[in-house]
Amino acid sequence: MLFKAIDNMLDTKKAQQQDEMLVRINDLHYARGSRKILDGVNIEIPHGKITTIMGPSGCGKTTLLRLIGGQIAPAQGTLTVAGQNIHSLSNKDLYQLRKRMGMLFQSGALFTHLSVFENVAFPVREHTDLSESLIRTLVLMKLQAVGLRGARDLMPAELSGGMARRVALARAIALDPMMMMYDEPFTGQDPITVGVIMQLIRLLNDSLGMTTIIVSHDVQEVCAISDQLYMISDGKVVGSGGPEQLQNSDSDWVGQFMHASPDGPVPFHYPAPPFAEDLLEGLD
Amino acid sequence: MLMWLQNLGQSGMRVFQRLGEASLFLLQILMGIPSLIRHPRLLVHELYSVGVLSLAIIVISGLTVGMVLGLQMYNTLVDFGTEDSLGPVVALSLVRELGPVLTALLFSGRAGSALTAEIGLMKATDQLSVMEMMAVDPVKRVVVPRYVAGLISMPLLAAMFSAVGILGSYIVGVGMLGVDDGAFWSQMQHKVALDADVVNGVIKSIVFGMVAAWIAVFEGYKAVPTTEGVSRATTRTVVHTAFAVLGLDFILTAIMFGDN
Repeated sequence: MLFKAIDNMLDTKKAQQQDEMLVRINDLHYARGSRKILDGVNIEIPHGKITTIMGPSGCGKTTLLRLIGGQIAPAQGTLTVAGQNIHSLSNKDLYQLRKRMGMLFQSGALFTHLSVFENVAFPVREHTDLSESLIRTLVLMKLQAVGLRGARDLMPAELSGGMARRVALARAIALDPMMMMYDEPFTGQDPITVGVIMQLIRLLNDSLGMTTIIVSHDVQEVCAISDQLYMISDGKVVGSGGPEQLQNSDSDWVGQFMHASPDGPVPFHYPAPPFAEDLLEGLD
Repeated sequence: MLMWLQNLGQSGMRVFQRLGEASLFLLQILMGIPSLIRHPRLLVHELYSVGVLSLAIIVISGLTVGMVLGLQMYNTLVDFGTEDSLGPVVALSLVRELGPVLTALLFSGRAGSALTAEIGLMKATDQLSVMEMMAVDPVKRVVVPRYVAGLISMPLLAAMFSAVGILGSYIVGVGMLGVDDGAFWSQMQHKVALDADVVNGVIKSIVFGMVAAWIAVFEGYKAVPTTEGVSRATTRTVVHTAFAVLGLDFILTAIMFGDN
């Protein structure tokens, strides 16, 4: 385990020296049926920073995370993580690379038949031959980091939404990944939990030297913790830069999103025939 | 007319596409079976949930089917004065046909539907995706143990069904209707052949187990990850298994007993 961790760190360091971007996305296209989700996206995610991808619901943010994780393949374009083209890797190599990635799903996705302790221990048991006492120590350390060491014997059904997400976070960092991906980490959480998760994301990124990718539409929260932001709309990147840069952007798209305006380039109405025409049709 | 033909063609294409997908999935499962050596506990757990927990329904159904069969057969045989043949008639019906077929149908309703719903819900709640992201193959970790457990459980449950069914017909025939005890067992021993009847029955139950478990895990794994999708997949498991088992039963019976 220790040697593997050192190997991983050296690999990451080597990749870092070669390329200061951990993830490079070039001209990425993805479609579901006839609907274009991503249409020529270019994104670069630097090592050790928190990068957030923002955009309205359904704009393809989660799809982008799944593409980075190699769970789905793009129609066109390249996506490299630590210098490796994700979608040309063999299954074995992809699984090797995934051991160095962590992902926090929006739902938490805890295994409902396992306790909190066993959920966090799951990846460790799967990928290492550590003794029970070492696994126990490791799991308790991870649970301590998210403040839930005392909840180790609870089942997922006994946890609140915020607690479930923190357990899922402990599980995602169990193998000390080089990169963490967060899918809508603040959605549906109370203000205290949002504060806790924000603090955890920043702390884990800085103390473990990880690279963090967040997809979210919670403007205030992500602006407070991100080093760099990308904004996606209609499958394209419509703005990028630091939080202040985006707040003061001249772009109508970015402005509407950052200031939560109900109408603008992203229309309030779903495409439909003229209202009067629709009403008159009903009278026939 | 053209539209009708077009729809028919599309439906046919969909069926073949689904069959191809299911076959590739089965291949993936079979290739993953060696991974069970690393996780024997997973198989034991699934054997309990798929096999042991199905015992109650199998035993109760076997007993009632055997009792009804004993009663009906007795009423027919007694008219010809051949009620002593009750033992072999019931045993042959159960071992050759009713045991494997009814067990497969009950297995699909009890364990198959549960497998589909469980895997489908794991998919709907991202548990399969999170496994993939943790570099754990969900087919090997989730599907293979369930499939193998179904494969092992089915012949054992079918044997249990037949044994309990024979006991049920014994209770009714010998205990309540007065069939001779010695004739019941000795005629059964004389007429039921190990290779032609018992082994063929076991082969049938193994084939049905392969198909029932395959349909259950495939439908769960490929379910649309929504409440409605999982519900539809569960229904499809039960319906498709019934069709497959009844169709295969005819084919296997024709091959095994067609010459008699």
